[in-house]
Amino acid sequence: MNPILSFDRVTYHYPDADTPALDDVSLEVEPGELCLLAGLSGQGKSTLLRAACGLVPHFHGGRFAGTVRLAGMDTRGHGPAQLGTIAGALFQDPETQLVTSSVRAELALSLESRGHGAGAVARGVEEVALALGIDGLLDRSVHELSGGEQQRVALGAALAGRPPVILLDEPTSQLDPVAGDELIGLLRRLNQEWETTILLAEHRLERCLSAADRVIALRRGRIAHDGDPASFLAWAARESPALQTPGAKLFTLAGLRPLPVGVRQARGSLRDHGLLPEGDRAESPAVASQPRMGRRSPKPVAALRLRGVWHELRDGPAILRGLDLTLHPGDTVALMGRNGAGKSTLLRHAAGLLTPTRGKIERAGRVALLLQNPGDYFVHEHVAEEASADALQAAGLADMTERNPRDLSGGERQRLALAIVTGDGDPPAVLALDEPTRGMDRESKAELALELRRRAEQGQAVIVATHDPEFAASCAERAILLADGRAIADGPASELLAGGWYFATETARILGGAGGALLPEQGAELLASLAAATVASRQDAPLAIPRNADLREVDAGTIVPGLTR
Amino acid sequence: MFARSRSYFYRRLSSPLHAARAGVGATWALALTAAALMLFHPLVLLALTLAVLGAGYGAGVGRRLARTLRTAAIVVVPIVAINILVSRDGLTVFARLGDLGPFGQGKLTVEAAVYGAVIGLKVTLLILVTTLASLAVDPDELLRAFRRMSFRSALTASLSTRMIPLLAADSERLAEAQRTRPTGALTGPRARVALLGAVVGGSLDRAMDVAATLELRGFAAARRPPRRPLRARPPSRHDVAFACSAVAVLALSILGRLGGGASFDAYPLVHMPVTVATGALCIALIAAILLPFTDRRGIDP
Repeated sequence: MNPILSFDRVTYHYPDADTPALDDVSLEVEPGELCLLAGLSGQGKSTLLRAACGLVPHFHGGRFAGTVRLAGMDTRGHGPAQLGTIAGALFQDPETQLVTSSVRAELALSLESRGHGAGAVARGVEEVALALGIDGLLDRSVHELSGGEQQRVALGAALAGRPPVILLDEPTSQLDPVAGDELIGLLRRLNQEWETTILLAEHRLERCLSAADRVIALRRGRIAHDGDPASFLAWAARESPALQTPGAKLFTLAGLRPLPVGVRQARGSLRDHGLLPEGDRAESPAVASQPRMGRRSPKPVAALRLRGVWHELRDGPAILRGLDLTLHPGDTVALMGRNGAGKSTLLRHAAGLLTPTRGKIERAGRVALLLQNPGDYFVHEHVAEEASADALQAAGLADMTERNPRDLSGGERQRLALAIVTGDGDPPAVLALDEPTRGMDRESKAELALELRRRAEQGQAVIVATHDPEFAASCAERAILLADGRAIADGPASELLAGGWYFATETARILGGAGGALLPEQGAELLASLAAATVASRQDAPLAIPRNADLREVDAGTIVPGLTR
Repeated sequence: MFARSRSYFYRRLSSPLHAARAGVGATWALALTAAALMLFHPLVLLALTLAVLGAGYGAGVGRRLARTLRTAAIVVVPIVAINILVSRDGLTVFARLGDLGPFGQGKLTVEAAVYGAVIGLKVTLLILVTTLASLAVDPDELLRAFRRMSFRSALTASLSTRMIPLLAADSERLAEAQRTRPTGALTGPRARVALLGAVVGGSLDRAMDVAATLELRGFAAARRPPRRPLRARPPSRHDVAFACSAVAVLALSILGRLGGGASFDAYPLVHMPVTVATGALCIALIAAILLPFTDRRGIDP
């Protein structure tokens, strides 16, 4: 079969860049394949996608060597407009991909650009709207849509001409877990029912790994691994642990094989091993909550208290509806909920950027708010001008003072923005962060979670609005679920993030919420306890080791290698 | 979240201007722009400004249009200040800055202030008219109307109106981020320049993203759609009303410019006659602009 997309020894430098963004990349993608692109930030995933659709080099310039062929067309000889008939593209930010005012016009644009007649345009629009389930949005203004709806419309616009290839660059990074799962489900359907070839770059691989035929991992612009999901997980466990999915990490820590590509396989494997916690969650041994880095003083006064806070629009619905919330010094709270639930509005009220239409807010001190886009804080040419030397030192950016803030990596930008909003004087009483992990890789998220826990240890109350249950579990002890401007659930993260379908970590979904284990480390600890209990209960009977089990059972203490109890 | 900036986008409302077809609405806005450019008499410009604000209320976007006045002030105040400082043509000195070396004697004159204010008023009008058009004229319909003539030009024009609310949203976001600094928003001229640079830089980034999307949607290879038989869509009463309004505004502007009813000179001394003709021109312009909004038949539920 002829590949629909091929890279042959492609090396590419962005203008004025010394190091290549793509370095001697060769690969072939067959029609109907669903390929995942994995890699930490800045390793070449986006560049590869842009090279596949001709934006590299036609749009970005730079130095390009090698050959990229899309459906037989050499991308050097054909521009993005021609290649666009073969490959539709969807990038991170839906706002920049919607170029007209109404959904119908948006879906029609690419068909009209290519000279289709009115009848063909109308049919194309109707079909793609039906296929994506957005027919109810056709006459809506694109500005009235939620983030998830906007992303679906942008996908619809990319698919309107029914291109055989679709390229997606972190399309779920701005979506809540529900909208993200819907989008991935949609991609699976396109792949299964239309044989659409899909190239998908994603940081949260657990969302889509089970749907993928193949995973291509990039490191410093080179292909570091190319194989099926199972072989990728085995490679990641050895070579790049930061790329592991939580489920694979759980199995790695527990010494179990094979590493699971999804929740179903993981549960099946645990069941085979006799390690699947069954029944009531309370029966499973509880797992210690997130380890604290030191002792904490008692909680005397609230750092922040919201009492019956309403935020009502003059010509629209209420965004917050009588919200009550109390944060004490040292609290770490994850604020979760769907797009439009009121998370960002709540944080803005906390920081005093908005005034409640009803209700009262009490603050024990300054509330530092880090907004969604760290780039919005940067107004100078050099890092040194953005924050004081002490703040930069504390943020680990002391050796980057002469760099332009916009040239920093995602994690560095986040640290600089954090240094700007927290300042170097008295620490804020409350640190509020609005979706701080958008587009961040797992390594950067782990660093940020550590920093937030450190600040909580110092007595700052930390509240984070996030769509990422894994991140919420790694930095928060308490979770609040917002819906329609109300807190519909408020409790320990180990309970709230363990019991749901969408707002739950992969570890919790694998273990069925047992023991409140949210993170792979906690899950592995739980599995060790279960294994020990199982062995103890079988001491009188011969052990029935399931087929294919890779548990090296010696005794209860060493049943899970790598774990010390 | 940015409900305020989102309110700068076009939204279909029940108003006569929204009901008129986009081509007519755009032509009407162009007529107002031409009037703002042709006329110099401060009273006439004030009348035009009031009429445009009234039109905004008639179109249901008055509050949003009024908010634009604040943005306009950011542009207009420096224009007036700079004109006062650099213009040497006036005779009525109200302050002396002494010898400014190569720039000669620093004399601030009333005439320079008045002329600066007139230019500022014109700029304000242009901003108001552009905002009104981006709020009340459907850019997609405009694109469809003009694409047969030149798809790319139509799309570029359509997108440029879309960039206004996007830039408003960007600057709002940046300003909000600056407010979260522990020291409060940056102040002082240098900080303002830096902030402006960030907005411009951000808008360039955004323009690049939009351009990349357009490339992939086939904009560069844009082809004319096949010709299809014209379907006679008779002009609505609103189309007729706004077309007549546009013609009337243009005619009045030319009349005011050539007939002397709106004559005005700032230099060397301010010459701003207020005659019956001036008053009549003001009233006629206001009436011509606002009359189409009085007919709400077929609009109100």
